[in-house]
Amino acid sequence: MAVLSEEQVMLQEAAKNWTREVAPVTAFRALRDSANREGFDRALWRQMCEMGWAGILIPESYGGSGLDYLSIGLVLEETGRTLTASPLLSTALVATAALLLAGNDRQKTEWLPKFATGEALGALAVDEGAHHAPQRVELTARQKGAAFVLNGSKSFVVDGATADLLIVAARSSAAPGDENGITLFLVPGTHPGLVRSPLHMADSRAAARLQFRDVEVMSDAVLGTVDKGFGVLDAILDRARAGLAAEMLGHAAQSFEVTLDYLKTRNQFGQLIGSFQALQHRAARMYTELELTRSCIEAALSACDRGSAEVPALCSLAKARAGDLVHLVSNEMVQMHGGIGMTDAHDAGLYLKRARVSEATYGSPAFHRDRYARLMGY
Amino acid sequence: MSDLESFRSEARSWLEANCPPSLRGTSGRPAQGEEVWGGRRQTYRNPEAKLWLERMAAKGWTAPTWPKAYGGGGLSRDEAKVLDSEMRRIGAAAPLLSFGLWMLGPVLLEYGNEQQKREHLPKIVRGEIRWCQGYSEPGAGSDLAGLRTRCEDRGDHYLINGQKIWTSYADQADWIFCLVRTDTSKKHEGISFILFDMATPGVEARPIRLISGSSPFCETFFTDVKVPKENLVGRLNGGWEIAKRLLQYERQNISAGGFGSGFGGGLELEDIAKKYVGEVDGRIADGDLRARVAEHRMQARAFALTVRRLADEAKSANGPSPAVSILKYAAARLNQERCELLVEAMGYQGLGWDGDGFSAAEVQAMRDMLRSKGNSIEGGTSEINLNVVAKRVLGLMDHQ
Repeated sequence: MAVLSEEQVMLQEAAKNWTREVAPVTAFRALRDSANREGFDRALWRQMCEMGWAGILIPESYGGSGLDYLSIGLVLEETGRTLTASPLLSTALVATAALLLAGNDRQKTEWLPKFATGEALGALAVDEGAHHAPQRVELTARQKGAAFVLNGSKSFVVDGATADLLIVAARSSAAPGDENGITLFLVPGTHPGLVRSPLHMADSRAAARLQFRDVEVMSDAVLGTVDKGFGVLDAILDRARAGLAAEMLGHAAQSFEVTLDYLKTRNQFGQLIGSFQALQHRAARMYTELELTRSCIEAALSACDRGSAEVPALCSLAKARAGDLVHLVSNEMVQMHGGIGMTDAHDAGLYLKRARVSEATYGSPAFHRDRYARLMGY
Repeated sequence: MSDLESFRSEARSWLEANCPPSLRGTSGRPAQGEEVWGGRRQTYRNPEAKLWLERMAAKGWTAPTWPKAYGGGGLSRDEAKVLDSEMRRIGAAAPLLSFGLWMLGPVLLEYGNEQQKREHLPKIVRGEIRWCQGYSEPGAGSDLAGLRTRCEDRGDHYLINGQKIWTSYADQADWIFCLVRTDTSKKHEGISFILFDMATPGVEARPIRLISGSSPFCETFFTDVKVPKENLVGRLNGGWEIAKRLLQYERQNISAGGFGSGFGGGLELEDIAKKYVGEVDGRIADGDLRARVAEHRMQARAFALTVRRLADEAKSANGPSPAVSILKYAAARLNQERCELLVEAMGYQGLGWDGDGFSAAEVQAMRDMLRSKGNSIEGGTSEINLNVVAKRVLGLMDHQ
């Protein structure tokens, strides 16, 4: 754990207490088993907003508290522990970062105060195929006078069905695969011509497929600069990766601790199974990976806070390692629990499912290893 | 200007004036073959290395945080960090590599009596005496407390008989800090910690040739070795506590960068891979190797970030994190991977042992790979490290 400021310690404590008392894993399980198709509980989201979490990154002048990425990472780590489903990542971190990084005064004034209170939700629409590939944007943006017409589709948009504001990566010129020719647009979620279909994901969290059929927006909907959107998109994605990695760290820490508790309570052959060296060494290895990964994630978040040139490399490092970590720990959680871990009644399955979805979101470990190598010149 | 900032400018100008040119621009270690381990047998291939040691030792900066009374620099931890960062700034080589500095000194400061501190610490600071570590025995490796080297009280002296193994550089060392059995009826509570001169009659050190061709370790034999009674450190039969504390210092030192410092002619792993495998669009041509090189480099970055984070946490109000106990295991794994990848990347050229068919860097890569197998054995095997993490950090229990 990084050395925290007094304010950060208080925020972390508040998040710990709230998730434990109000939003434990049982709350997520109840949500999954309910008729709710939004993928999160609006009553819980309201409480999170009342505690100011939606506005952590938003400057005070726009109604937020002007804290930093390390701070929102602390909250995400706690909500990751209990699998709390909420728009915190998509709205308070990703969409907020998009506006902070590239929004003009008018755009910020319009959206940030509403994000800060949580009354508006945002989502980032990037990928179109089966894998994370931000350069391969194909959805077209054709200029028509002072307007742009968007046509195409987006797959796996996190919290896409409920978002009031979509940040859409579109191709305004050049061919798919080219970093040039990408433009970001701010598109209201209820815009005519936009069809949103919720996806029923294994982790029971919200994601949607979007269809754009002649969606016409005015040029003031452009976020940043026409054709030059990739740099901003990459910067937004890096913050998204660091934030998701923080959530995954909490997820991994919790699944590890639950498993460790089981090793200390389950008896076989007249022994606690945690006394078997085969399991002890695997537990010690998981702990090693957890500690190594924590350092990467904290370094990535604080690089975002400093606006360091190392943001891309450190965020790829954090996301790759977080992906490998939750993969390992979620598998071991099931295996070390034995048969009970295979049952739907046990939480291991919930962690396993969330692990697989978060591993792929914003780039798998393989994607980030390749990106890291590229960034380092090999 | 704060005190720390004025210390920084003072250290900077002193280093500017005193660090010889040939010892700058390094990674922190002197050039291979020019390391200074001190001791009676030390010879200097580079005369500037001698000058550098003398100047640093005169300031007490070979042991920056040790008290001035014992020849140290008397610096606070923060000042020592500043000194370290100023040395890094100019790439100053460590003036002295020394088990005395890394291992024995810290425990003497804690457990030694006044006379022992005054006798030994200043000589360590100045690099006059080179120390070796008498711990492992043929029958006591991972189960170190099973050691059997006998130390008997003969009235006015102790008499030592037995054998040590894996004694690093015993054939080069002047003195040994040694674990001996002073009570055969108990295991841990029958061990004492004692110091003696390797020139004492009855001491013999024989180098052991390793699979890598080098001989950094010895078998060390003690036959009726007479040791003055004042050389016992701490309490009789109280040596195990000191032994464990010293191991903590040893593991810290190993994990803080004691392993391999990147050979291969100054090239990084990815450059070596590009050179031997070829490039496509500026990338390592073999995608599978590239992915594994990236994975390794990311692990290395994660490790470096963790060393730094744990150092920061150690200075915070919460004190050191128990996570430090993962470092030795992680460092060993990392170095072994790096060495394997280097050999693999070099292909046939990485398989040479000697001779004209291979460059020095190629031969070194093979030998380093072989030598690195010891990283997960020496200073506590990886299995023992994992036991320690499982039991002390995670609270898992012993088998009944």
